[in-house]
Amino acid sequence: MMLILAAMLLWAFGWWLNLRLAEGSYAHTRAIQVTVPLIFGLTILVVWELLVRGLQVPLVILPPPTMIAGRFASSTSILWADFVQTFVKGALSGYVMGCCAAFVMAIAVDRSTFLRMGLLPVGNFVAALPIVGTAPILVMWFGFDWQSKAAVVVVMVFFPMLVNTVAGLRETTAMQRDLMETYAASYWQSFFKLRLPAAMPFIFNGLKISTTLALIGAIVAEFFGSPTVGMGFRISTSVGQLALDMVWAEIVVAALAGTLFYGAVAMIEKVVTFWHPSQRG
Amino acid sequence: MKQVLAVLTVVAVIIAFWYAASVPMNIRGVLVEAERAGEVVDPPKAADRRQIDEFELILDNPFAIDDTWEQERPRLPAPHQVAEELWDTTVEKKITSKRSLVYHAWVTLSATLLGFAFGTGLGILLAVGIVHSKVMDMSVMPWAIVSQTIPIIALAPMIIVVLYSVGVQGIIPKAVISAYLSFFPVVVGMVKGLRSPDMMQLDLLRTYGASKAQGFWKLRLPASMPYLFASLKIGIAASLVGAIVGELPTGAVAGLGARLLAGSYYGQTVQIWSALFGAAILAACLVGLLGLIERAVLKRMGMA
Repeated sequence: MMLILAAMLLWAFGWWLNLRLAEGSYAHTRAIQVTVPLIFGLTILVVWELLVRGLQVPLVILPPPTMIAGRFASSTSILWADFVQTFVKGALSGYVMGCCAAFVMAIAVDRSTFLRMGLLPVGNFVAALPIVGTAPILVMWFGFDWQSKAAVVVVMVFFPMLVNTVAGLRETTAMQRDLMETYAASYWQSFFKLRLPAAMPFIFNGLKISTTLALIGAIVAEFFGSPTVGMGFRISTSVGQLALDMVWAEIVVAALAGTLFYGAVAMIEKVVTFWHPSQRG
Repeated sequence: MKQVLAVLTVVAVIIAFWYAASVPMNIRGVLVEAERAGEVVDPPKAADRRQIDEFELILDNPFAIDDTWEQERPRLPAPHQVAEELWDTTVEKKITSKRSLVYHAWVTLSATLLGFAFGTGLGILLAVGIVHSKVMDMSVMPWAIVSQTIPIIALAPMIIVVLYSVGVQGIIPKAVISAYLSFFPVVVGMVKGLRSPDMMQLDLLRTYGASKAQGFWKLRLPASMPYLFASLKIGIAASLVGAIVGELPTGAVAGLGARLLAGSYYGQTVQIWSALFGAAILAACLVGLLGLIERAVLKRMGMA
């Protein structure tokens, strides 16, 4: 009972603190803008801990954060192996292959108006479909190991990337292309000096969407069969053993991997497209 | 007109490529069957065939090409096999039958729609809160954005099992997964939409002496509609994926995900492909339906 009361008090206090910070005169500073969500997140974690202990929620329903952290710390070697198997081997290799293939395809498509007109609606259509469903087929073709996961990721990231790159290569105005023409620029010169830089914001948009899709593809594909290592494998077997602290630890890994992956691509974007209005701030 | 022609050409090329690809994919299986049926296969021994690549096998055994498109359990079923199976399981079977794809699609669709309705409803509510309260904006919004970068679908198996252990099963666990997958895109899109009126427009309402509520109903909400529909389309696709993935850990009873899983257990490739296409058609219909509603609403509002 004490713990529940403490949780409620803490929640009220955290809210009050955030209210003061958000309404205060320093609200627009960078420090406060980082602090407020951190306080919110921290409050949720502590309230979660107190409520689970106070209400004596069974561990098979919701383990407290400290237990998840403990499990995380004590099984780093397993988590690392899973991370390497699913993220580095499955998601990352598939991501690189899929995005490169889509990029090359986009350049080919871009040269023909007919092809572009035909392929874009099809690509947009396919990008909205539940492509994770191809996982059982690809697992059947490429076996249980990371190759099948990479294949699922390739299929998942291909179309969003293709559609974005093709749209990006259309971004230059007729004026700009005419200017290149008057310089007597060859196709590839005007491609590398004008159209590719202009396409970069779109390409990075595709790359960023694909980071999340890659992780989803790699994890879900493991639900259809995997060697005895991998994040999806660990999640589905730990759920079966009702070892929910392990599942949550694995989810923490997935969240960290997803955020860092996205963050890394966003950082590269910032460097490459420094000239774009959205980056100049 | 030219566009339609272009799309049709691309689709035709894809189908032609698919037919071509199913020959080398299935040739080994066909030759094994032909050998068992007593036909002359070159080379006759399976062990020898393993040394030769698929294209040489095709050249050596041209009689087998036809059969690669008619196998019972091919590695890659030909398009017409998938189409036949789709026709067979949707039109020919009664929709109450366990073998009807319509029945399985409905199981998945009902969970998707229930979850989608909850997810969007809560998402819109949270977005309204975020727009009107600075503290909510600053505390919740960064997390909503970060949540877009993490594969929250990894939570799906756990939700199923946890809800099962407290006695909730059937449609609800899947709907919960659908709901939280559609929740975050709607929040992010709706916040953007509710903020889309510019300073001038907000100021104009202020000069009319409009209250905050009037500003919301008469300006912010209508202005947010295009954003809402864009995120609804993303949300419904995510909901469907959520419902399908939510069917995987329960051990395959009914639903499109169950068909996929059962097909992959028993090597029923045609069944997997038809379930996959069923899911794709369903997703296309849902997104298309939202597109129609969007067009009607925006037209009525004079925005399209």
